[in-house]
Amino acid sequence: MTEEKHEFWRWSERIWRADGIDWKEAGSITVGVDVGSVSSQAVVLTDGRLFAFCSTRTGSNSPDSAIKAVGGALQGTGMTIEDAQYVVGTGYGRVNVPFANRAITEIACHARGANFMAGSGVRTILDMGGQDCKVIRCDDKGKVLNFIMNDKCAAGTGRGMEVIADTLGVPIEDIGARSFEIDEEPAPVSNVCTVFAKSEATALLKAGWSVNRVLAAYCSAMAERVVSLIDRIGVEKDFFITGGIAKNVGVVRRIERKIGVEAVKLPAKSNLDPQIAGALGAALFAYALLRKEQKAGAAA
Amino acid sequence: MIVVGIDVGSKNIHVVVLRDGEVASRVAVPSGFEQEEAARSGLADAVAAAGVTHGDIEYVVATGVGRKAIPFVQHRVTEVAADAKGAFSLMPAVRTIIDVGADEARAIRVDAGGKVVDFAANEKCAAGAGAFVEAMSRALEVSLTRFGEISLESTETIPMNAQCTVFAESEVVSLIHSNTSLKDIAKAVHDAMAGRVSAMVRRAGLEEAVAIGGGVACNVGFVKALEETLDVRELHVLPDPEYLGAYGAALIAADLLVEREDRA
Repeated sequence: MTEEKHEFWRWSERIWRADGIDWKEAGSITVGVDVGSVSSQAVVLTDGRLFAFCSTRTGSNSPDSAIKAVGGALQGTGMTIEDAQYVVGTGYGRVNVPFANRAITEIACHARGANFMAGSGVRTILDMGGQDCKVIRCDDKGKVLNFIMNDKCAAGTGRGMEVIADTLGVPIEDIGARSFEIDEEPAPVSNVCTVFAKSEATALLKAGWSVNRVLAAYCSAMAERVVSLIDRIGVEKDFFITGGIAKNVGVVRRIERKIGVEAVKLPAKSNLDPQIAGALGAALFAYALLRKEQKAGAAA
Repeated sequence: MIVVGIDVGSKNIHVVVLRDGEVASRVAVPSGFEQEEAARSGLADAVAAAGVTHGDIEYVVATGVGRKAIPFVQHRVTEVAADAKGAFSLMPAVRTIIDVGADEARAIRVDAGGKVVDFAANEKCAAGAGAFVEAMSRALEVSLTRFGEISLESTETIPMNAQCTVFAESEVVSLIHSNTSLKDIAKAVHDAMAGRVSAMVRRAGLEEAVAIGGGVACNVGFVKALEETLDVRELHVLPDPEYLGAYGAALIAADLLVEREDRA
């Protein structure tokens, strides 16, 4: 008998497609691909409108991960990547997106994607990815004015949360809600080192703490760490959070409490996912670049 | 005169019993989750090994990160004080003492009288402590001893990009996938850690002679990498390096006992 090892630490994969759009009628098809350290996303736009997206796992190499994400988004639509007129790659593996016309940094793409998702009022974006964390300040067009990032230390990044999900055997999707199922907010564990936070969490469990209480202490430590990054650049409303941790209410709400600013939430019925912000921004850049090329072509 | 030094570390508790200034016994036990209990059992073992009884002990000094967790002591001292005392007594020529433990590392500069002039410590980040190499050897499924030894066989210099222990684990795995040999990976890991420890040493000031204690001083691969990174004539490994803190604490206990008797 073989038993499949349950993976607690990853967000589930997701595919979404718009109803009632016939891509063959579309004037333009543009694609954004975000190859991150843990997950990869592809967003397909038809005439600048959302047609499909896919969020999948990053494999051992970037080109395959890009192909897999695009394949997921296009699966069953009859469209192939050759139908796309402009493709922009972004993220950690952006230079290795095989079919990309251009690579754009994930900072620019996240700002652009957040502007589309949460409106032109967004001035501060917190992107909490798998292996880094960025705070981006932007204008009403989603243009980056300033940013700061931590990509050196796992504490305060998605990786830090994955470690605890695995250690405690709690699915990453459940951590946020469970971290509030406690009587009283405990003191946070170490916010400077994931290795130490993990051993602290284990010690607290041995000392009789409930799993939920340990999760609360851990989410709180992560929020503290992220807030110290936010404080270095300042927060201006509207504030929006992208990346996997945006879906962890345990960290989000604790960040909001500490900085005294609420993050813009996507409507409950929204089809968007904060994890696709980078790929969405890339697809929007692709759309803008295509139009620019077409205009230049028409003028010439 | 029988005195005891106890070093309550994050990973292990070390106990040294001194009889008239000579080491009568030394014992190490894992700290576990119940430090007080572990320290009591370590002390009991050390007392038995020294062939004395609890009633014979005249003075106990504790040091280490968990020193406040054990109530049965007459005095507590910082790791810096204990390390300086222990290292200077073992090697009077020492001016820079490096102590690398499981979760912490320290560099201490002392003057010709053994007095602490300056120190720097890392107790916040696993990347500059034994936990770093331990995590890598675990990821590679090699024992810590073998991991240190095998790195001596490598002549390659492969820089590691990741600073963070957690990120470095993934980097090590990708090095395996790219068919890098184990010995070269081991050397890369020790070089990376030596780089961080050496940066800390330079903050405290580097002056020869330089000596190293703490559990990680038992790792030959790390010691060689640090010696090269520091660019010193010799990095002296103190005898029984993992007992440095406990030994220093026991020496301080002896001093304090003499002081107390003088007053009486």
